[in-house]
Amino acid sequence: MDSALSSPNTRTPIDAGRPLPDTGSPPGSGAHPDTHAIYLSGTDQTLVKLLVAGPFGVGKTTLIRALSETPPLHTEEVMTQSGAFVDDLAGVREKTTTTVAMDFGRLTLPGDLVLYLFGTPGQKRFRPLWHDIACGALGALVLADTRRLADSFEVMDIIEEAGLRYAVAVNTFPDAPQYNVGMLRDALDLHAETPLVLCDARDRGQSVDALIALVGHVLAHTPQETP
Amino acid sequence: MTPRQGNRRLVPAYLATGGRARPSRNTFDRLSLLQHAGMPVTSDVRPEEHRILELLRPGALSLAEVAAHLHLPVSVVNVLVADLVDAGLLHARVPIPEAEQLDRHILERVLDGLRSLKS
Repeated sequence: MDSALSSPNTRTPIDAGRPLPDTGSPPGSGAHPDTHAIYLSGTDQTLVKLLVAGPFGVGKTTLIRALSETPPLHTEEVMTQSGAFVDDLAGVREKTTTTVAMDFGRLTLPGDLVLYLFGTPGQKRFRPLWHDIACGALGALVLADTRRLADSFEVMDIIEEAGLRYAVAVNTFPDAPQYNVGMLRDALDLHAETPLVLCDARDRGQSVDALIALVGHVLAHTPQETP
Repeated sequence: MTPRQGNRRLVPAYLATGGRARPSRNTFDRLSLLQHAGMPVTSDVRPEEHRILELLRPGALSLAEVAAHLHLPVSVVNVLVADLVDAGLLHARVPIPEAEQLDRHILERVLDGLRSLKS
C-alpha cells in the first residue's frame, strides 16, 4: 500500500497553524490527494474506538465533526422491528426491519494510532446494537444536556451493562441553564470517580479535553499486568 | 430530575472479559483493517464485492468506512468481506494486535496521542 502511505493527510484540521507531527509528504505530492485523503495512512496502524453516546440532539455528531479528520461518515445498521439486531442476511425479507444511521469519525494520532469515534444512540430500543458497537471499545463519552439530564440515565445504564467505563461531558448549549459541576454530579447520580467535564461540542480543544478525561479515567482503572 | 436506582454492579463486567471479546474466525469487527490483496479479480465476484475491491484498491480502510462509503449496512459488508477473505482477494487484520489487547499500553498511547494535540 505504498500509494496510501505516501498520501498526505490533508484533511487533518488540527488547530490552525499547528502542524501535525508525522504529517507524511507535503500537499500535492499525491496524484489525487482528495480521493486519497479518505484512506488510512498505513496498514500497520492500531485502530481503536471510543463511543460518543447520548440521546438524540445532544451533540454527538457535532463533537465527532469537531474532532474527525474526515467529514463524519455514517453506517446503516439493520434492526428488526422487535429490536433484534440482524447480523445475518438470512430471513431479512420476512421481517420488518428498520435502519438506524450511526455517525462516526476518525482521528489519526501520532504513533501509528487511529482513533475512531462512534456516535451511539442512547435509547434502550437500540440495545441490540450495543453489543456489537461496544465490542472492543476502550470507553464511552456520555454527552448530556442540562435541559434534559434525565435522558442520559438510559445511556449510562446501557453503557454499564455493556461493561464500559465512561466519562460525562455536559454539552454547554448557550441557551441552556448553567449549573455548577457539583449540582450536575448530584443530578446525574455519578460515582465519585466518574469524570464530569463541561464541553462545547463544537470546540475541538474542549472536545479533546473531554476525551483526555475519559481515557485518563479508563487508564487509571485498568489494572497493572501481573508479571 | 429522577435519581437512578442504586442497581450498579459491584464488579463491572469488563473485569470478567478483560474488556474485549475476541471474534471467531471470519467474523469481522467494524474496525477490521481491510486491504486489497492485489490478486486478479475472478469472474465469479459479485457486483457488491467488486465495489469493495475497487474502493480498497488505492488504500486501506476500516470495515465501517467501507460500509459508509458504499452505503451498505455493516452486517452486509461483514458477509461480503468474509467471502472475499476466503477467496484470497482481501486481507483483513484485527484492529488491535493481540499482544496489546489487554494491557495498559494501548490506553497510554491513546492518552499521549490526545495530549499531543493540545501541546
